[in-house]
Amino acid sequence: MSSYKTLYLSNKDSVAVALSDIPEHTEVVVQTDTEDITVTLLEQIRFGHKFAVKAIDQGADIIKYGEVIGAAVSFIPAGAHVHVHNLEGKRGRGDKIAE
Amino acid sequence: MTKLLNEKMQFWGYRRPDGRVGVRNHVLILPTITCATQTAQRVTELVSGTVSFIHQHGCAQVGTDYDQTARTYAGMGMNPNVYGVIVLGLGCETHQAHRIGDEIAKCGKPVQTVSIQEHGGTLQTIAEVAKIAVKMVQDASMVQRELCDFSELIVGTECGGSDACSGLSANPAVGKASDMIVQQGGTAILAETTELIGAEHLLANRAANDQVAKKAYAVIKMMENRSIQMGVDIRTGNPSPGNIEGGLSSLEEKSLGASTKSGTTRLEEVIDYAQVPTKKGLVWMDTPGHDIEQLTGMVAGGAQVVLFTSGRGTPTGSPIAPVIKISTNTPMFERMNENMDLDAGTIVNGIETVDDVGKRIMHEIMQVSNGKLTKAEILKQHDFGIWRIGPTF
Repeated sequence: MSSYKTLYLSNKDSVAVALSDIPEHTEVVVQTDTEDITVTLLEQIRFGHKFAVKAIDQGADIIKYGEVIGAAVSFIPAGAHVHVHNLEGKRGRGDKIAE
Repeated sequence: MTKLLNEKMQFWGYRRPDGRVGVRNHVLILPTITCATQTAQRVTELVSGTVSFIHQHGCAQVGTDYDQTARTYAGMGMNPNVYGVIVLGLGCETHQAHRIGDEIAKCGKPVQTVSIQEHGGTLQTIAEVAKIAVKMVQDASMVQRELCDFSELIVGTECGGSDACSGLSANPAVGKASDMIVQQGGTAILAETTELIGAEHLLANRAANDQVAKKAYAVIKMMENRSIQMGVDIRTGNPSPGNIEGGLSSLEEKSLGASTKSGTTRLEEVIDYAQVPTKKGLVWMDTPGHDIEQLTGMVAGGAQVVLFTSGRGTPTGSPIAPVIKISTNTPMFERMNENMDLDAGTIVNGIETVDDVGKRIMHEIMQVSNGKLTKAEILKQHDFGIWRIGPTF
């Protein structure tokens, strides 16, 4: 078990934040208010970046701070890097309305 | 709200004729038009104690855009960190120097107006403005600081060059400081409407009344509609490439982190860009997320001190208000140390709590208000930019 620190902000969250660069295949422990969740990282997660603590369905809301930060563009397995390649913001999207 | 500080906080400030208190004692050479900015710069090189700024505004502006620019100029002159103002115009521009000067003079401070066209060109104008400035700087130096309460402070807050630590360390610490400023009876300004898109419901829930809540939703809708009217994805500008590199994936995520700067107190009012708050406590100023434009709006709105958090690092400062820059992570604090004043990365490192850093920020506000120079002041980072809301004609 690794000692890499991660941060989980709210019990509703689907993602946690890496507090240092963490190599791929690392098993990290995410501490929530109620339990410790063990997640195996599927890829390297850089300092400040997010990973899924549980599987997120395509189109589902992604939650951080207990609030919606966007939707999943594709299915995101637990341990995957969550960022602009698989998370789409839902606000200020003049491009969507103009289509 | 829990009591965070027991003692009443005070600082040594400069009392102005209108009763407001400054933490600096500048003589401002205020160019009301692009064409006068270079002349104004020459004077600051000749006369110590004077400051000025470069900009591209002041002509061929109309309607609400004209008004907003005029309000910003006047607000800079009226800011209590300024002892006196020399308003410098070209002569033929839409933003007439004497009109701005008359507006500033209402607050009772020394104001003189000079026009380049009336003085027969650049060199004679430099001589004329410099002569006035010498007298004004000497008069300013005679003003003594007096003991003032924190309740007389308006503290602006902003974040720029955010990373994923912004919402975890420096922004919540600024939120804690914001709570303490409000507890002391002072005013804290929350700005950057763009970076509150996706967090407006959290602020509206804290509004003093329905009208304030409605205005919170209204300014968010107007900002969002601007991107929709342009048919663009707001993400092409925000979050920026640096934000994304730092781990922020969407505007909503950035907003939720940015909104923590507002602390936990009641939202008293939502005010227009560069408007002076009419209430004490937490106030939301409608500004864009652009660092310099929001900074300028808050300073023109009377902020004497600004707290600025950054994850990526920034040199930003104001010509008339000290900007205390707070890093969200320790590696950047060390890498860009000549630009950063405080480190909140200690929260991420587990060395300090959000409360600890909040108190450290309050102590720094006190010291800076007493005269301690910020890094941006030492490096002469005199940034200025007005939020344009209409085209130039």
